[in-house]
Amino acid sequence: MKKAGIRIENLHLSFGDTTVLAGIEMEIHPGEFFAFLGPSGSGKSTLLRAIAGFGPRPKGRILIDGKDVADLPPWKRNVGMVFQSYALWPHMTVRQNVAFGLEERRMPRAQIGPKVEAALELVGLLHLAERMPSQLSGGQQQRVALARTVAIEPQVLLLDEPLSNLDAALRVQMRRELLSLQRKLGLTTIFVTHDQEEANTTSDRMAVLDGGVIQQIGTPQELYDTPVNGFVAGFLGTANVLVGHMNDGCFVTKGGNRLAVDNYRDSARRIVLRPQSVSLTEEKRGSIAGKVTHREFLGSQIRYLVGTADGEIIVDTLHHAGQSGHAVGADVMLMIDSQSASLLD
Amino acid sequence: MSDIPQSARSAGRFTLFPRLSGVAITGILIAIFLMAFLVLPVIQVIYVAFLDAQSGTMTFQNFRDFFNTSLFRESFVNSFYVSAMSVVFATIIALPLAYITTRFNFAGSAIIQSLGFIPLIMPPFVGAVAMSLLFGRNGTVNLLLDQYFGFKVPFMEGLNGVIFVQSIHYFPFILINLSASLRNIDRSMEEAAQNLGSSGMRMFRRIVFPLAMPGYLAGAALVFIKVFDDLGTPLLLNVNTMLAPQAYLRITGVGINDPMGYVISFILVAFSIFALWTSFLFMRGKDYATVQKGGGGLSKRDLAPREKLVAWAVILFILALVLAPHFGLMLLAFGTIWSFSPLPDGFTLQHFGTVFTTSSQYIWNTILYAGTAAILDVILGVAIAYIVLRTGLIGRKWLDYMATAALAVPGVVLGIGYLRMFHGVQLPFGLGQMSSFWGLIIVALAVRRLPYALRACMAALQQVALSLEEAAESLGANKSSTVRRIVVPLMTGGILAGFVTSFATAAVELSATIMLVGRASDAPLAYGIYLYMQSPAGRGAGAALGILAVVIVALGTYLSQRIIEKDRNRRAAAPGAEQ
Repeated sequence: MKKAGIRIENLHLSFGDTTVLAGIEMEIHPGEFFAFLGPSGSGKSTLLRAIAGFGPRPKGRILIDGKDVADLPPWKRNVGMVFQSYALWPHMTVRQNVAFGLEERRMPRAQIGPKVEAALELVGLLHLAERMPSQLSGGQQQRVALARTVAIEPQVLLLDEPLSNLDAALRVQMRRELLSLQRKLGLTTIFVTHDQEEANTTSDRMAVLDGGVIQQIGTPQELYDTPVNGFVAGFLGTANVLVGHMNDGCFVTKGGNRLAVDNYRDSARRIVLRPQSVSLTEEKRGSIAGKVTHREFLGSQIRYLVGTADGEIIVDTLHHAGQSGHAVGADVMLMIDSQSASLLD
Repeated sequence: MSDIPQSARSAGRFTLFPRLSGVAITGILIAIFLMAFLVLPVIQVIYVAFLDAQSGTMTFQNFRDFFNTSLFRESFVNSFYVSAMSVVFATIIALPLAYITTRFNFAGSAIIQSLGFIPLIMPPFVGAVAMSLLFGRNGTVNLLLDQYFGFKVPFMEGLNGVIFVQSIHYFPFILINLSASLRNIDRSMEEAAQNLGSSGMRMFRRIVFPLAMPGYLAGAALVFIKVFDDLGTPLLLNVNTMLAPQAYLRITGVGINDPMGYVISFILVAFSIFALWTSFLFMRGKDYATVQKGGGGLSKRDLAPREKLVAWAVILFILALVLAPHFGLMLLAFGTIWSFSPLPDGFTLQHFGTVFTTSSQYIWNTILYAGTAAILDVILGVAIAYIVLRTGLIGRKWLDYMATAALAVPGVVLGIGYLRMFHGVQLPFGLGQMSSFWGLIIVALAVRRLPYALRACMAALQQVALSLEEAAESLGANKSSTVRRIVVPLMTGGILAGFVTSFATAAVELSATIMLVGRASDAPLAYGIYLYMQSPAGRGAGAALGILAVVIVALGTYLSQRIIEKDRNRRAAAPGAEQ
């Protein structure tokens, strides 16, 4: 199967007066596992549906394997989509569901049978081929939906929040299976999710969307370590964002604290501190003074809320057996890891 | 029922008591009522159908006699033919309407929704005579056709008339069911098909059509059985060679001991059960409601200008058909003489005068009968709903089954059953023979309408969260004051809606009452219409009574809709009231 790349150029879409997608530009490489991450209403599902050909036609170009598909109806795009609700047809057996796309392609009967079985084999459900969808568990329905989609050997696989209807344990298992299936088939895949953990664990690269605009594109690690704005910083993991300005190679916060940073630039107005890159001491050698206002025991970590001149700062410290940590009300100093702090304009 | 955990939780609260609780006594009383006035009369009818009148032994001879008589064979075939053709024509009317509302953004959708209930507010037999004046051989339409085009269409000839009137009246059952199941198809069902390369008619045939099928079949089965059982329409159109009219004529003409009436009754019941059973089979395991929360049904698109024109033409044509009986009835009621002319010769209010001066007892009787029957239904409905949903009483489901079984009993059959069972039973206090006592009409109406009232009460009770009752009990209220002060007030909307529906439909019921009316002074509206419509001279007054009937049903329908809506709004405003 030839791997296809996707290019999206200057895509705009509005419903009436509401802009849903604005100036979307991206390039998804052949064979890549790509995630669209964003809160609900960010336009991520709309963008995915636009690639599949559903919804009103957006302005701009959508190129799959170099060919503009924006004017093609969904059934001529050869793009496989797995729906959030799975959309298995309740009046057909598993086998009939999977065979549907092949029949619509007028494939000879003799070829359909083996293809259907291969697809069901791939997801490990061949033994359930004669069941009705209503007789399957959520995870099994999900696999049938996947088999139904890959059976037609699409150029691109689109997954619309495919794990959101599964319970937590199954979700972790399914996302591993999805990834290994994608690697096996080498299919260019787009995965829509609002769950940063899902996006982080599966995708090669991802795009973070908010308000119909792409905020940042990059590998999960890039986005976490060097977010370009407060939204990305806050959406990927927990972040303390302090306001201030640069002075003499140090970031001076509004509360008057001086923080040493690497890789500084003078235009920076905010600093992002991850809770785990801040540490606490009761000795007088940190950079920010504060008082513990709240403490949560999370098992492997203890999370502190520390009141400072710059507001409350979240600090995560590893928990070691037998250690009691800092009590609520204790005066503490915060120490900042200068390498892991990132600056925003 | 969906709330097994609820009943399970409260199970044992009553069954553990060794002596009879209030709930058990209520349950037993309801069971006795249903046995006496529903189950036993029907069993009696079936029993007599197999009884040799001379020797008193069981026999199939009556059925052999039935099928050896050409009149009965013809009636059987006719009933079957009329019902099937009514389904076909009702489908032809309903299909485009359902398709237009569910698939397109169309300004006329509001009209289509009204089309879904306008026919139902007029019982078919009321409009039947008006329809023959509009569409009959020398009716308005044919006179005009003849004058301008030189031909006539036999809309109302014999069986055609019954089919025509019935399909215009009953198509909403198909429309409502079909639109509901189309609306319940999630758009992802179609999108998945398109995504896999399917489109157009092929996709419709493979995905949309099969998913909508159960809803359609349920509606179609209902139409079939309603037409099969109907007595009033064929009687008024003077078509006697059908099963229900034959049963009526045999019992009232030949006598209560003539076995043929019972054989026909048996066939009617058997067909009803068969049709309900098949529609149940079709529906079982095929609850295809695939709509996701938040997601609308099928995606709708705008119509092109030419398509819009076609859609309007279709809708207006159907609207004209649907309004025809109403329009005809108005003409009849306000017209002087209407014969061999497109419109009546002149207009008058005289018929209404006649009705109010000489026949007001019909109206008072109707209000008395339908009102009492509806109150009875609501009381029984609340009691059965509560017992079924909230208590662990042994056999509680059977109360529900028995009450609902009334759906499968045609009015004629119930009437015959009462005549047979209560024939010769003398009532005390000078009320005379039980089978000709007007109170029996009320009981018949109550039994016939109970399934609808029960559904309304069940739905209302299901909306009341169990925690609201538990809160009252934990604050010290006992069972009966919880029911009185919490449950019933919260059910008010549903109960009122049930009352109004029962009242409005009981007010125009003809098939059971026609058998049970002992003398003219005891007769309700529907019977009055039937009497008046027999003679050409009485038609004007009959139509005037018909208009009163339509007004009653229309007001009732409107009121119950308003009540349901208001209730829903109130619920939406009070979060936590839903389960």
